[in-house]
Amino acid sequence: MTTTTPPVAAGTQDTSGRSTRVSRVRKRLSGRTATLVTIVIAVVWTIPTFGLFVSSFRPEAQLKTTGWWTFFSDPQFTLQNYQDVLFGRSSNSGQLAGYFINSLVITLPSVLFPIAFAALAAYALAWINFRGRDWIYISIFALQIVPLQMALVPLLSFFSRGVSLGGVTLMPAWNLDGAQNFAQVWFAHTCFALPFAVYLLHNFIAQLPKDLMEAARVDGATHPKIFRTIILPLITPALAALGIFQFLWVWNDLLVALIFAGGSDVTAPLTVRLAEMAGTRGNEWQRLTAGAFVSIVVPLIVFLSLQRYFVRGLLSGSVKG
Amino acid sequence: MSFDFADQAPKFMMLLWGLVGFAVVVGGLLVLLDVVPAHFSRRREAALVAASASGAPLPRRTKPREGLFALFFLLPTVLLLLIGLVVPAVRTTLLSFMDGGSQNWVGLDNYRWMFAEDAILRVLLNTLLWVTLVPLVATSIGLLYAVLVDKARLEAVAKSLIFMPMAISFVGAAIIWRFVYAYRGEGEDQIGLLNQIVVSLGGEPRQWLLDSPLNTLLLIVIMVWIQAGFAMVVLSAAIKAIPADIVEAARLDGVSPWQMFWQITLPSIRSALIVVVVTISIATLKVFDIVRTATNGNYDTSVIANEMYNQAFRYGENGQGSALAVFLFVLVVPIVIFQIRNLRRQRREG
Repeated sequence: MTTTTPPVAAGTQDTSGRSTRVSRVRKRLSGRTATLVTIVIAVVWTIPTFGLFVSSFRPEAQLKTTGWWTFFSDPQFTLQNYQDVLFGRSSNSGQLAGYFINSLVITLPSVLFPIAFAALAAYALAWINFRGRDWIYISIFALQIVPLQMALVPLLSFFSRGVSLGGVTLMPAWNLDGAQNFAQVWFAHTCFALPFAVYLLHNFIAQLPKDLMEAARVDGATHPKIFRTIILPLITPALAALGIFQFLWVWNDLLVALIFAGGSDVTAPLTVRLAEMAGTRGNEWQRLTAGAFVSIVVPLIVFLSLQRYFVRGLLSGSVKG
Repeated sequence: MSFDFADQAPKFMMLLWGLVGFAVVVGGLLVLLDVVPAHFSRRREAALVAASASGAPLPRRTKPREGLFALFFLLPTVLLLLIGLVVPAVRTTLLSFMDGGSQNWVGLDNYRWMFAEDAILRVLLNTLLWVTLVPLVATSIGLLYAVLVDKARLEAVAKSLIFMPMAISFVGAAIIWRFVYAYRGEGEDQIGLLNQIVVSLGGEPRQWLLDSPLNTLLLIVIMVWIQAGFAMVVLSAAIKAIPADIVEAARLDGVSPWQMFWQITLPSIRSALIVVVVTISIATLKVFDIVRTATNGNYDTSVIANEMYNQAFRYGENGQGSALAVFLFVLVVPIVIFQIRNLRRQRREG
């Protein structure tokens, strides 16, 4: 026994030594391919945006005849594209400054209204006892799966023709004109955002400690008081996450704006104008590149500066209906 | 070359009205709920004092009306959801059984039309292609990237790069990629990256967005580009949540990275994986902006949401548009049921 063991042991040692060497080599190799794959993905994901960004600063003649990569061998820089696309007077130049303001006017109330209403509703659903509570919560939760396409046609006729049942007018047409049309867009965005907003905020509010509410109730605080002084400060991160969500959603939305804001320069947001330019002037790259960047820059800033909240929100909610 | 701010004044006025409306509605609601109960409780106190002074029997203490509070807290949400979502959804379902002008009942004609018309069948087929490819590819790339950058140097930066397209609108993304696919005639300098690569490899430049079915695949690339970041973030968080001792034990057992991935990582993040696939599938079913901006649904690239918009809002065919919307809803339901079942099983196990 004793005589046979050492060689075996030596043999094992030998192979294990070789196998660690092999595995080290393989590890370094796999480390290298891993790095390579990572870099390839990262490049593919950033190059398109980068190319557009570079192009937006190139003079029209250059942009239309040579690829953007020639910029690095023959750099020619201009801000003319931005000047034209934002403030140009001719009808085909874009006039995006006005549309930019439209986007802003559409977005602010469309973010504030649903968040406020959803916070109130979520509080009631989580901490006020009343009959039918679970039933209402489940209904709102289930509404998340209704695609907004299901609501578009009737909602538009609701705005333009009002509601009448059997000849009796229950609600007159809104008859909005000009800038008043923003109200329609706010209304639509608010409705469509509510199911997800209530769901997300309910998740947060329901998790708050029960003792906190009971202590406040014992002290004689009413529900509105508890909501204002205890709930609101505690759910600020959730409100921020939801705010960013809704901001990106509304600012980037095309469908709702197309239907409820129309195509006029008084109310249509940037996305509608850009989609229109891409359709009718698809080869005017000096305008499309600069225009696309004008529309991208605001959400990008919001996103990069508040990424932490956004990610937290993503991880707590799941489906945006 | 000047920009007149005076032209913009009505818009800002409207914004101001909107914000004032917001303050009045929300603030008013809270104040109302504060003041009214306080008023009643003061009256009750006064009654109590009067009763105790006169020696009369004390009035019965009324239960605080919780239901009334709940009603006012819920009123705006429930009202808006009824007007903006529930009633319209029911009406859309009814409209799908009516003709284009919503005058006469036509039974199942609109649905028959959907499956009889070649152009619409093509649309349904394209949607099927989208909804199989996008979740699969976007999730795979997101997962691969999440595993690769996990605990790597510059992880946060690397993740931001992939995540950034999430902030870009579908319209912006479509323009970005149309520029990648841009075409210049043979012999000219290419301005689109894809054609440049093809040419430098010795191929001929092509009008990518004109040939079906390749153009649909190229549009799908855009959606994958946007959604992979979402998949990556959620899956990366799930990977980081795997208990360290499991990973450590596996490593001590001499498990190779490959085995580690298939036997430890993948089973541990299963539920997150399902959430990601489901979410991306639903978003993909409803994709509209990309197709509309990139090709306007021409050259056989249309999808359900785009066709629904065309029928209902461009051709005035409310019945056919509604039928497409209902069909979209029907497609979403099984996906959601699958997810709910999954969540329930997970809760049972956990």
